[in-house]
Amino acid sequence: MKLYSIRTLMASVVGTLLLFVYACAPSAPMVQAPFTAPSVSMLENVNPPSPDPRVGLGAGLFDAEEAIWNLEMLSQTPPAPDFVGVTNSDLAFKGTYAFQGNYNGVMIWDLSDPSAPVLVKDYLCPASQSDVSVYGDLLFVSGEGSSGRLDCGTQGVQQAVSKDRLRGIRIFDITNIEDPQYIANVQTCRGSHTHSVLKDPEDDENVYIYVSGSAGVRPSEELAGCSDLRPGEDPNSALFRIEVIKVPLDSPENSAIVSSPRIFEDLEEPPTHGLAPADIAAMEEAIANGAFTYMRNGTERVMSGGFARRVLAGIAEERGNETPTSADTLFLRENATSILENMFGWGQEDPIARRGPNQCHDITLYPEIGLAGGACEGYGLLLDITDPVNPVRIDAVADSNFSYWHSATFTNDGSKVLFTDEWGGGGQPKCRESDPMEWGANAIFTIEDGKLIFEEYYKLPAAQTVQENCVAHNGSMIPVPGRDIMVQSWYQGGISIFDWTDPNNPVEIAFHDRGPVSPERMQMGGSWSVYWYNGLIVSSEIARGLDIFDLKPSPYLTENEIAASKTVKLDYLNAQGHPMFVWPTTTALAKAYVDQLDRDKGLDAASLTAVRQGLANADVSDSKAKSKILSQLAEEVSEMSNMAKDSEKVSKLANTLKDLASM
Amino acid sequence: MSFNALIIVDVKQSGIFKIKLSRKVNYSRKILGMLLLVGAITFSCKSSEMATNEAEVSENSTINNSANLEELYWARVDSAKMNFVQADVDFMTMMITHHAQALIMSDLAPKNGASPEIQILSSRIINAQKDEIATMQRWLRDRDQPVPEVHIDGLNLMIHGVGMDHMGHNMDHSNMVGMLSPAQLEELADAKGNEFDRTFLKYMIQHHLGATSMVSDLIATDGAVQDEAAFRLATDINVDQVTEIRRMKLMLDRIERSNEGTE
Repeated sequence: MKLYSIRTLMASVVGTLLLFVYACAPSAPMVQAPFTAPSVSMLENVNPPSPDPRVGLGAGLFDAEEAIWNLEMLSQTPPAPDFVGVTNSDLAFKGTYAFQGNYNGVMIWDLSDPSAPVLVKDYLCPASQSDVSVYGDLLFVSGEGSSGRLDCGTQGVQQAVSKDRLRGIRIFDITNIEDPQYIANVQTCRGSHTHSVLKDPEDDENVYIYVSGSAGVRPSEELAGCSDLRPGEDPNSALFRIEVIKVPLDSPENSAIVSSPRIFEDLEEPPTHGLAPADIAAMEEAIANGAFTYMRNGTERVMSGGFARRVLAGIAEERGNETPTSADTLFLRENATSILENMFGWGQEDPIARRGPNQCHDITLYPEIGLAGGACEGYGLLLDITDPVNPVRIDAVADSNFSYWHSATFTNDGSKVLFTDEWGGGGQPKCRESDPMEWGANAIFTIEDGKLIFEEYYKLPAAQTVQENCVAHNGSMIPVPGRDIMVQSWYQGGISIFDWTDPNNPVEIAFHDRGPVSPERMQMGGSWSVYWYNGLIVSSEIARGLDIFDLKPSPYLTENEIAASKTVKLDYLNAQGHPMFVWPTTTALAKAYVDQLDRDKGLDAASLTAVRQGLANADVSDSKAKSKILSQLAEEVSEMSNMAKDSEKVSKLANTLKDLASM
Repeated sequence: MSFNALIIVDVKQSGIFKIKLSRKVNYSRKILGMLLLVGAITFSCKSSEMATNEAEVSENSTINNSANLEELYWARVDSAKMNFVQADVDFMTMMITHHAQALIMSDLAPKNGASPEIQILSSRIINAQKDEIATMQRWLRDRDQPVPEVHIDGLNLMIHGVGMDHMGHNMDHSNMVGMLSPAQLEELADAKGNEFDRTFLKYMIQHHLGATSMVSDLIATDGAVQDEAAFRLATDINVDQVTEIRRMKLMLDRIERSNEGTE
C-alpha cells in the first residue's frame, strides 16, 4: 500500500505546516480548534426507515397520519375560505412571496416567517388549472377548463360557445402585491393547461410565454381562427403546435401570440431510448450464445434462431454451398443489417409525413443553456430555444413504459434531464403494490451532443393505497453544490427527495407523506407541486393547503451541504423556467465539498481530517490569520488533488479555499 | 353558496379579536374571523367568555377551526357535485361500457400469443381503464345516479344496474361510436400471434377514436363539464387515448410495412 503511506505522510506534512502557520500567527489559537466530522454514508448504503412508515398511514383531511424522514415540517396552512375544497395547484415565487394557484384563483402568501405564512391576498377568479408564473411586476395565470370566465365570475359558463369564456393566459399587475390588477388576457385556441415564462438573456424588453394546452380546440365561433382540422386540411390548425406569447414589459396589455411553432413536424418513428438493463443482459446472453444481430432504427436487435437459419441457408445457397459454412456465418454476422434492409426494403420506404404529437403538456425552459425539455404526449423532446420565438427540436425520445410525458427537470449543469410520466393524468392511484415501477415514474436521461440517452427510472418506492391518487408530478432541483438532488411531488404519495447525481442509481434520501384524505374513497389530494425556494421546501397540497419544510441533516445530506444550498438566493422562481444556481464562495461550500469527499471516499481519511482541522482553525481565527490558514490549506489541497480518487472535486475544494483566503 | 357572506368578514377590519396561534396548523386571520363569527352566531351565549379569555379562545378556536374547516371542505366538495347535466351522466354511463369492451379485447392478448410489445400495451390499457371505470362509477354514485356494474365472461359483456341488464356480446353496441361489432370481436378472438397484433391495433385504434369523439361531443354540449371532476376525467381520457392512438398507429404501421425480420 505504497499510495496509502504517501498519503499518510502527506497528511502529517499538512498538519506540521498548519502548526507552523499557527505559530506565526499570534492571534490564532495555540491549540487545534475542536471539530466534529459529520456522520456520512455512501448512498448505496442508504438505510431508510424500515418497514416504510408511509405504508398504512391513517386517513384524514386535516388530521391524517404523517410519516416524515430527514425533513422538518415548519408549517401546514389551510387555504383561504374561498379556496377550501377546491384544488390547489402550482406555485411560483417572488421575493418573500409564494403564489399558489387554485382552481378558484390565486392565493399570495408571505413566507417571511415560514413557520407562520401570512395570506396577503386571495384573488377569486376561477379557472383550472391556474398554473402560475411571475416575472417582474407581472403575474401570469393559466385557464383551461370550460368554466373560466373573462370577468372572474364564479357562475361558470353554461353555453358550449360563449364570449364570456376565458381559456388562455390571464395577466395581472402585482406592483402592489396586496392588490393585484387584472390588466390583460390572451385567449388561445386550446386554453392553457400549463405555461412557461421564458426570459431571453439577450432581451430585456420582453418575456415570452410558451403555452401548452391539452384540452380540445375551441369552436371558431367562440374564438376566431381556431381550427381542429388536420394541418394538411387547414394550415392554421390549432393542433400539432404550441403557442408563443410575447409580453412587452413596458406595455403588458399588448401581449399577443407571436408564433405557433410546429415543433413536432416530421417527427420520425418514435426513437425508443436505449434498452433497459434487463433487456441488455438478455441480448448479451443471446449474442454470447451465437445469435445474429442487426441494427434497426438505431437499436441493435437479435434475429430469432429460426429466421437466422433461413437467412443463413439462403446465403449458403447463393454462394453455392449445400450447408452453411463458417464463411457464410461470418458473412451474415458482418452484413446482417444490409441483408435485412435489402430483404425488407427498409430505408427505402416512401417518406410518410409524420406530425408527431399533437401538443405538449409542459415545456421546461433553461435559457442559460439554450435548451428546453418538452414533455409532449408520447414523446420527450429536447428543444433549442436560443431563438425564443422559434424553438427548434433537436432530439426526441419515446418509451414504451411511458404513458404520457408530463414535465422535465434539468440538472444545473444541463448534462442530464429527468422526464416524468403522468400516467392516468394525476387522478388515479398508480403507486399501488401491483403497479410496475417503470410506469408512472421518472425517466432519467443524459444529454450528449444534443442527444437524449436513457439511463434509469425512478419511482416513489412506497406503495400507496387505492384511496390515494399517485403518480410522478412536479418538482425542482435543490441547489446542493456538487450533487443533483431533486424534490418531487407524488400527489398523495407525498413528497420524495432523491439524489440522481449518478443517473443510473437514483436514491431516495428524504420524504414526507400523509394518509389518504378519505378512508373510504379516492378523494383528490396530495402534493401538486413541491419546489425548493431560498432554503425552504414549499409544497402545494391539493386539499390541505400550503406545507413548508426545512431539510434536516442526515448521513446522506449533511448540515454543511444544507448550509451551502441555502447560500443560493433567487429573486424569483418559476420552476418551469430553470434558473442557473450559482454558489457564492463560503465556508459552507468548502465544508460541503469536504463532506462529499468523505461520503464518496473521494479523498483519504487522513487528508480529510487535516482539511477539517484547518477549516475549524480558520473558523476561530481573526481575518488575517484566517486568510493565511486558508491559503496554505488551499495549496495543500491542491497538491492532494493529484492523488485523490475524486481529483475534480478536490480541485473544486482547493479553488474554493483559495477564493475564501482572498475574501 | 351560503359561506360567501361569512367569508368577507375580515378580522383585520373588525379588530375585535387578537389571536395568537402556537399550533402547527396555521389558520389565516380571515378564516379565524369567519369561524369566530360562525362561533358567535352559533354559540352566542359563549361570546362573552370568548372575548374575555384570550388564551381559551385561542385554544378552543384551534379545535373548532379544524372541525369547521373540514365541514366547509366537505360542504364545498358536496356542492361541487351538484353542478352537472344529463349529458355528463350519459357520458360516464356510456364510457363505462366502452371501457369495459377494451378490457375484453386486452384480456385476449396473452392467450392469443401477442408480442411482448402488445402485451405491455394491453396490460397498460387494462390497468388504466379499470381505474377509470372505477372513477366513473364513483362519479355517478356520488351524484345518486344509476351505476353500471360491469361483468365480463370471455367475450360476453354484461352491464347491470342501468336498466339494460344482461347485455351479451351478441348485443350490437354499434350505436356507440368505436365499439366493436360482435363479428369484429370474434375476428379478434380468433386471430393469433402476429395476426392478433395487427387486428388488435386496428380495432383498438377504432375503439379509442370512439372515446375521443365521445369526449368532443360532451364538451360541445351546453352546460356539460362544468364540474371539475368531469372535466378532468374527460380531458384525461382524451389525452391518454390520443397519445395511445398515435403510438398504436406507429406500431401498426411498422407491422404492416415490414413483417419484421424476426418471424
